[in-house]
Amino acid sequence: MNRETAASVITYREAVRQALHEALSNDERVFLMGEDVGMYGGSYAVSKGFLKEFGPERIRDAPLSEAGFTGVGIGAALGGMRPIVEIMTVNFSLLALDQIVNVAATLRHMSNGQFSVPLVIRMATGAGMQLAAQHSHSLEGWYAHIPGLRVLAPATIEDARGMLAPALTSPDPVLIFEHILLYNEKDTLPATPHTVDLHSAAVRRSGRDVTLITYGGSLPKTLRAAEQLAGEGIEAEVLDLRCLRPLDDAAIMNSVRRTHRAVIVDEGWRSGSLSAELGLRIMEQAFYDLDAPVARVCTAEVPIPYPKHLEDAALPQVPAILAAARDVVHTRV
Amino acid sequence: MPSLGAGMETGTLAQWLVQPGAHIKRGDLIAVVETQKGAIDVESFEAGTLTKFLVEPGTEVPVGTPLAVIDGAGETAGSEVVKPEPVAPIERPHVSPVARRRAQELGVDIEALAARTGGSVNLEDVEKAAGTPHKPAPVAPAGMRQAIAATMARSKREIPHYYLAATLDFSAVLNRLQTMNASLPVPERLVYGVLLVKAVALAAKRFPEFNGYWVDDHFEPSERVNVGVAISLREGGLVAPALHDADGKSLSILMREFLDLVNRVRAGHMRSSEIAEPTITVSSMGEQGVDSVYPIIYSPQVAIVGFGSIVEQPWVVSGKVVATRTITATLAADHRVSDGHRGALFLAYLRQLLEKPEAL
Amino acid sequence: MNDAANTTRQKVLAALAGVAPELDPNELDPQQNFRDQMDFDSIDFLNFATHLHQAFGVDIPEADYPKLFSLDGCIAYFSKRPG
Repeated sequence: MNRETAASVITYREAVRQALHEALSNDERVFLMGEDVGMYGGSYAVSKGFLKEFGPERIRDAPLSEAGFTGVGIGAALGGMRPIVEIMTVNFSLLALDQIVNVAATLRHMSNGQFSVPLVIRMATGAGMQLAAQHSHSLEGWYAHIPGLRVLAPATIEDARGMLAPALTSPDPVLIFEHILLYNEKDTLPATPHTVDLHSAAVRRSGRDVTLITYGGSLPKTLRAAEQLAGEGIEAEVLDLRCLRPLDDAAIMNSVRRTHRAVIVDEGWRSGSLSAELGLRIMEQAFYDLDAPVARVCTAEVPIPYPKHLEDAALPQVPAILAAARDVVHTRV
Repeated sequence: MPSLGAGMETGTLAQWLVQPGAHIKRGDLIAVVETQKGAIDVESFEAGTLTKFLVEPGTEVPVGTPLAVIDGAGETAGSEVVKPEPVAPIERPHVSPVARRRAQELGVDIEALAARTGGSVNLEDVEKAAGTPHKPAPVAPAGMRQAIAATMARSKREIPHYYLAATLDFSAVLNRLQTMNASLPVPERLVYGVLLVKAVALAAKRFPEFNGYWVDDHFEPSERVNVGVAISLREGGLVAPALHDADGKSLSILMREFLDLVNRVRAGHMRSSEIAEPTITVSSMGEQGVDSVYPIIYSPQVAIVGFGSIVEQPWVVSGKVVATRTITATLAADHRVSDGHRGALFLAYLRQLLEKPEAL
Repeated sequence: MNDAANTTRQKVLAALAGVAPELDPNELDPQQNFRDQMDFDSIDFLNFATHLHQAFGVDIPEADYPKLFSLDGCIAYFSKRPG
């Protein structure tokens, strides 16, 4: 598999693969561990061919024991390695919650800085492929609640390619969420990709009438909604959060202060979601700049349905984003 | 209030083009509505007799608000109701945080604005109320400009005007004013224009050939003396509504009514009786710095009195030259009704009233 | 500008806005008189004086009116008056 040296159109999956490949090639301490990463080539085909190229020490197939192999990853990180633990989806990470929240996130604090856990955990997340109630969660918001963790949601090919390397340099745990519907998205990657940081939100589309704040798998829908709104004379600014913990307050408030209106698009369930945190921060920091209440478009509060039409109805979709934006722009206080 | 464009939330009824009692056909123009896109003539969707206006000109109402009652066509004047939101009584106005902050920055009165917008104030409302930068020179609403043009053209065409002028000593009026105002709080103080109105009213009472209407081929004198006052509007345009029975009212009452009239007119709330019923008009151009005015009579009236600026000039008082504040009064009158002799008497009496203002 | 001066200025601007709602404070020349800038007549000025009277709660003798013909004049006048 060749590293691309010219600008090319690649998929998100390919971008992640390139990032992994680069990390494995450049640093001996890096290894990849998870279910089906080796022989199967990755449950989403991200690590196809890696076992052959890097060998079983670097590409380690794990048993069905999330708590176990996440714990092993923590141990390896403590021992000076740079492990990339792949948990197949965020749904299964619930089995490793104690390791992630009570061990990885706390060891620096509990050891008074004597130990740190430079562990990267990658997880697929989100719904839309009819994987039903137990396999369709979007729990990034939960993890963004935990001090000690950095939580990333690359939504573009550039971020999928660029976020892994700086994540591996972090002395503390980093969670990277890859939305399942993004793997097949395509875009152009420049020949020399820009260095990306792990803390800024990015304005993906400029506008002046309303700010649409989103992250991860909801970005393409939000951008499509913004396109349509432009046709109606509403210029929507689309802000991609990129990093969910810590949140880039400055970028959020900068945008809202200019547009005076905000709509948050969050695939988590509404109650107690990241959208709630964002809404309150906007109230705390930009109340006097608001011309309308903050609105949000979230997943309906039901276990994610299996039938396609019900799954589609439960998730945030472009019509709901359009309706929320129009409402916020046109309705008087 | 019809929806006259995508996204239109409210419109201002600028003027009615028909009167109650008018028989309306579908498509007849019945009102002028001021919107963000400019003044728009509104056609009736219904046929019938327009019996009642429900909205006063100058009022901004939400789209869907009934504007008038047309009998024989259902209950209300038609307009396609896009969002039938009634004008809600304002308990606690909804003002967005940024609107409130901007109002403070720009010195806009939120309560007054909320009353005009039906209790809801967004940023855009505040910025509109405070005016936009680079505002072009004020232009009277198209309908009004046309109306003024039509009246003035008719007056000049039909009325044989003659003009007389008299410069008089205004110091007695100004001294009287100063004395009265010294003991009055700011909101009750008088402006000298009120004394001019009273003097003209008394003169019109004494000389009835200057107070009334030319109708068809003859003059109809008026029992009442309703003095029309020429008021310029801030955004351009001129109206001359009446102060009724000005000859019989005290100065303080006249002042209160005059102030109310000017403020209402400038806010766009003239009453039809005020437009229709002046029997003689006063036009005071003094503040614009002109010495004398040669006004055009407002047909079907038969006279108009103009006043220029207060000019301090040398004046002979008891054989000596004294610097005196003077004012020039001009009478323009309809020669079909009166002649220069009577006009001169009118002005002489006016001079007497203004140079000895205790009678006012 | 200190807070007290700011408030005085705001009150004067609010009084002006009450009479001339179309006015943009940024376009106002603080030294030029209102008659020239904004076509104020005696009724406008009376309304303005009434608003000022209400905003500052002090009587304004007629003789003092000329001091109030410009924005700077108003600010100077009310900065010196108690209340």
